[in-house]
Formats: sequence, C-alpha cells, structure tokens
Amino acid sequence: MTTTGDGALLHAEDLRKAYGPTPALDGASFTIRAGEVVAVMGPSGSGKSTLLHALAGIIRTDSGRIVYGDRELSAMSDSERSALRRSDFGFVFQFGQLVPELTCLENVALPLRLGGVPRRTATERAGQWLDRLEVGDVAGKRPGQVSGGQGQRIAVARALVTTPRIIFADEPTGALDSLNGERVMQLFTDAARQSGAAVILVTHEARVAAYSDREIVVRDGRTRDDRLAAQQ
Amino acid sequence: MSISQIFLALLEEQPRHGYDLKRAYDEHLGADRPLAYGQVYSTLARLLKNGLVEVTGVEPGEGPDRKRYAITDAGVTDVDRWLRSPEKPEPYLQSTLYSKVVLALLTGRPANEVLDTQRAAHLRLMRELTRRKAGGDLADMLICDHALFHLEADLRWLELTAARLDDLTKAVRP
Repeated sequence: MTTTGDGALLHAEDLRKAYGPTPALDGASFTIRAGEVVAVMGPSGSGKSTLLHALAGIIRTDSGRIVYGDRELSAMSDSERSALRRSDFGFVFQFGQLVPELTCLENVALPLRLGGVPRRTATERAGQWLDRLEVGDVAGKRPGQVSGGQGQRIAVARALVTTPRIIFADEPTGALDSLNGERVMQLFTDAARQSGAAVILVTHEARVAAYSDREIVVRDGRTRDDRLAAQQ
Repeated sequence: MSISQIFLALLEEQPRHGYDLKRAYDEHLGADRPLAYGQVYSTLARLLKNGLVEVTGVEPGEGPDRKRYAITDAGVTDVDRWLRSPEKPEPYLQSTLYSKVVLALLTGRPANEVLDTQRAAHLRLMRELTRRKAGGDLADMLICDHALFHLEADLRWLELTAARLDDLTKAVRP
C-alpha cells in the first residue's frame, strides 16, 4: 500500500453531500496518516457521522474526492468499495451491532470466515483478540448475555481481527458509562496502535477524544484541522 | 488546600518527623507540587503554638535535632471538624474566557477563534492527562479524572458558546 505524496493514508478534499435541501457536508476536507488516531468532533447534526460514512465509502458524496493510498475511492464501483471495506477497513459502532445468533467468538471470527480464512485459524485468531480485549471469558456467550462494555470490546476485537489499515469508529462508547467507556477506549487505542491501524473516531465527548493524537472539528458540514491550524 | 489539616490527619495516622510528613504529603497528595521544607516547618510551628500537635521526642541527627510530632486531642477535634465540613463549591462566575469572548466581540475580533484556540489548548491538556492516567496508579487516575472532568465542563461551555455566538454578538453589539 502506498500513501499519497504528503504521507496521507486517506485524503478527502472538498466533500459535499446534501440530504434534500440540507447540506450535511459543505466542503469538508480530511487527511489521516498511517497509524494515527484522529478524533472527529462537533455538535449533533454537524455532519461528523456523514463524514465518517463518506470516508469509509459507505455513502457516496455529491462531489469531492477521496483518495485511499493510491486509489480513488470516490471513483470506485459499489462492489469495489465493498471489497475494500472488507479487506482494509474495520468498523465499530455505538451499539456493537453484533450478530445475536452467534457466540461472541463466532462474531469476531466472522469477518475472517467471510474473507475465506479456514475455520480453525479464524477461531484461533478471534480467541486471541478476545483475550487481548480482556473478554476471553465470554467467548462462548451470545451478545445478549454480555454487558454493554463487554459487547463493545467484542466489537473492537471484530474490527481489529482482520488487521485493517483504518478503523472507523462512530461514538464507540456512546452507550457506556464513563468507567466502562474509558476502559474500552484504552484497550481500543492501545490495540490499534500496536497493530499499526489508523483510527477515525467520531465522538462528541472530549474525554473520549482525549485518547486520540489530534482532532478535527466539524461545524455545519465544514472541517477545521488542528494540524493545519498549528502550521499557520 | 489546607496544609495544616492535612498534616494533622497524617499525624493522627501515626506520629512523624517533619521530613516524614513532607514525604507522605508529596507521595499521596502533592501531585506535581511538592512541599517546600520551609512550609513544612512553619506549619508545624503554628500547629505546635496552637496546641494541636506536640513534640514527643527529639533525636540527634547529622544536622539539626529531629523532632517527632504527635497530634493532640484538640488536633483530632480540629481535623474531624475539617473533614466533616463541605468545601465551598466554586461558583465559576468570574470567567476570563467569557470576558475574552465578549471583548473580542466588542472590539470586532473573531470570537470563534478565541473559542477554537482555547478548545485546542484544553484538548491538548486532556490528552496529556489521559496518557498520564494510563501509565499511573489509582491515585494518579483519581487526580487526573478530577482535572479531566473540569476541563470537559469547560469544553462543553466552549461548544455551547460557539453555538450561541450569533446571539451573543447581537447582545454585545446591538
């Protein structure tokens, strides 16, 4: 994987997206380097989740350009973007979105199985990630039988198991109390840093953003990058 | 912070020399601000004068003689009263930051930049404290959490003020 000329792993330029007459993104730009943890902050309705979904290739923007490594995400077909999401990206959402019928271990092994990894290897690697996130003891339970904090750690394990280059996290601790939220953030950012994955973390909570390396603020669909501000 | 009452509480736990008191304070409560020796001995002299502590032994040392201090009954009463009294909640009504925002608006400067610059500075410190917390013990965690919650409260105010800037501009410059 190569990066763009300025060392960026993912670079977005002048993204615009409107839902009806309301602009959700109104000229947003964004850059993330390999291994970096960046918090995307802003008030409710500022466009931060839309930005995250656009960067991850989940939604298409009306205009603007997104470049991942040497590939233009904004020019890819839906199936190409979908394949890229499976191979290179990981996701953590506010409510883990685990498959309720599968055990926690099977949930974590699922992305590997979908990628063609043999069952035994997938299970072994999933077990290692559960241990690393300190939830190995609930491997055989179903998501409905574990606490919210444990569920989010399992979601983090599932996001990291494929060793993605970028993890997109949308309010990953939004449903947790502060003690559990902090434990999840500590384990999450430690594990991501050790595995070299970059993290794009959408949050409205400063205490969660404090686990990042820097932040980008979204207001009215526009972004303000502190790294750029610091260079001015 | 009341050094006198802290010393009394430490002496209630066990009698100590001045140096032991300083060490216990620095270790458990000092955070980044260790006590100066001058303050240790001036505080002990005051407590002694007020009958809240007494000298229970003097040991010769290389330098001056080492006195061992113990708490008196009056000292126990004093520390008990202090621990049971609530600290006065800080009303935070005199905010430099609020003044800066209003003055920026009054003088036609971009108040949002004042808010953004402050927000970035607050978050920088929050990152630093979060890292320190991760590498520290339970005492570090509690001290850093206290600071983090206060900084977070400031940040919420900054966000709210940013959202109300248009209204504030109209109020300041009608």
